[in-house]
Order: sequence, then C-alpha cells, then structure tokens
Amino acid sequence: MSQLVIPAILCAVGVYGAIRRVDVYGALTRGAEEGLTVLLRILPSLVALLTAIAMFRASGAMDWFADLLSPLLTAVGIPPETAPLLLIRPISGSGALAVGAELMERCGVDSYAGRVAAVMLGSSETTFYTVAIYCGAAGITRTRYMIPAALIADFAMFLLSAAAVRLFFGV
Amino acid sequence: MAYMAMTWLWTGMVVLSVIFGAVTGNLGALGSAALEGARSAVELCVSLAGVMCLWTGVMEVMNQSGLSALLAKAFRPLMRQLLPQASRDEETAAAVSANLSANMLGLGNAATPLGIRAAERMARGGDGVASDELCLFIVLNTASMQLLPTTVAGVRAALGSADPFDILPAVWLTSAVAVVVGVLAAKLLARMWRI
Repeated sequence: MSQLVIPAILCAVGVYGAIRRVDVYGALTRGAEEGLTVLLRILPSLVALLTAIAMFRASGAMDWFADLLSPLLTAVGIPPETAPLLLIRPISGSGALAVGAELMERCGVDSYAGRVAAVMLGSSETTFYTVAIYCGAAGITRTRYMIPAALIADFAMFLLSAAAVRLFFGV
Repeated sequence: MAYMAMTWLWTGMVVLSVIFGAVTGNLGALGSAALEGARSAVELCVSLAGVMCLWTGVMEVMNQSGLSALLAKAFRPLMRQLLPQASRDEETAAAVSANLSANMLGLGNAATPLGIRAAERMARGGDGVASDELCLFIVLNTASMQLLPTTVAGVRAALGSADPFDILPAVWLTSAVAVVVGVLAAKLLARMWRI
C-alpha cells in the first residue's frame, strides 16, 4: 500500500494542477531548483557533523555513552543504539539527519533500531531551533513554559516511536 | 542560543574523541574516520538530491494550483478551538493555518516565514512575554505532525530499504500523539505558570 503513496500523489497533484490551468511542468522544475538550494544549505553542516560523529565513534566514545544510557533506555523500551539521536534531535535538524543516517546504515535500515531512528526523524521538528527563530523574530524574551512543554512532547515522541515500530512491525 | 549549543557540541565531540582515542588506543583510527565522515556527508547529500528536488517541485505545483491553500482552510475550525484569540484577527488566523498545513506537508521553507508572521502578530503588546496562545502555537510547531517525511524516506531509499515508506503509519501515529501530548502539556503548564 505504502508503495502507492508517491505515484498517487504525483497523479493527483498533476491532474489537479492541469485542471486549474497551472503550468505543471514549469512549476515542477522551478520547484526542483529550490530543492538544490536546500541541499546546498545543509551540506556544510552535514560535512561538519558527520566528521565529528565518525571520529566520536572511531574513538570508542560513542559506545561508552551508549552503554551508559543503555539500561535507562532499555527500561522504557527505546533501542539503546538510538541514544546519540535522542540527544541531538531537539538541537539540530541536520545534525539529527546525520546521526540518524549513520545509525540506519550501521544497524540496518530495515532493522528495529533503524526503523525507530527513521520514525524519530520523521515525527518532530527541531525544538530549540524553532523556539529560537520564532521567539527571536517576535521579540519574546520570556518564553515561560514553552520549552518544558515542547520537550515533554519530544520525550513522548521518543517513547512512541519505539512503541509504534513494535506495534506495526512486531519486533 | 541554538547556534552556541552546536559550537559546544561539535567542539566537545572532537575533543572527547581525541581523549577517548588516547585512552582506548584508537587514536590512529581517528584521522581516517574524519576523512571518511566528511566523504559520507557528500555521498548522503547526492543520494538525497533527487528525492528532495522532486518533492520541492511537487510542492511548488501544489502552491500554484491552490491545493496548499485548500488544506490551510481545512485547518481553520481546529484552530478556532485551540487558539481562539489569534483566530479573531483574520491575518493572524490565515498565517497560523497556512504555517501548520505547510509543516504537515514537510514544507519547512514555506512554513517558517508564515510562522514568524503569525508569532509576531500574536506577540504584539505582550512586552516580550509569551502569551499562553503563543506558547501553544510554538509547541504545535516543534511537535509538528508530518504527513510525508520525504527526507527520511529518501535516506532510507538511499540505504537500500526494501520499502522506504513502510514507516508511514508509525510516523503518523507517533507525531499525532506527540502533538496531543504537547497541547496537553502546554495547557497543564499554563495553569501552573502564572505570569
């Protein structure tokens, strides 16, 4: 079923656009150009972060930290391999993408931990970045309970990611 | 604030790697690991390029044909329930629903300027203190519901997943419940956090 999602969306968007007399092909290619700008913007941070992550792993530090957090995470049902992702998810979007991609490659993209990592990446925004941008622009200096509430939602998301993967893939 | 955090995180990771490497005797592997890491970043970007460009293209068609505006309209009733004060101002209400629907489509680029406009209007006269509705609006953004996580699916496809989109139901369930938890947390904290 999920195999059909993309073809169905492409058909629907194309047909609707053509009916509304939009230059579908022109808009598609112009938009694709914008995708390149997005990529160019995240490439530098991916280079910086994946370099640091590779060093961190090669030195044995990553395993040490994962082992440290492992009993706690196992107790709440989160695969311990995802520990680095939990730490970086609320801080940096491209950082989380870098950590997540490395994790999926190492644990296997269709493994339990690999799927949990993908769900964690897909299910939330970068909390601190979002708060910083919106409050900065709106001139908010006292955020009150905004960050605690957002972090509670993030924490629930981590627990749910693992639970949802177990539910749908039965690990 | 978020930027300084990344500075400490990056520097901390590199320094800790060297310290750990010296202790565990893995120091020799660090140099090649660093080069390998940098190379894999470019590889990841190249393998993602097709999916990302295709998707921003589809989004552009949706914007021009008015499909995005249609989705934004569908959000209005829910918005009136959650943010009654902001909904009274037509322009704020429009920006908020367009922001939330752009987020759902995974259109971060379009969502951010809309969200900033909404946040600016909601912050007016608040003297730099976030109102309850502004807190809730930002929590809705940080815990945003995603219908199609195309970037993640792109990474999974690049790594050879048998079905890159098989995580969709899990993502929907997770992000929907996380949004509800965020709203409940904000409502609960609003009662305890006077001023």
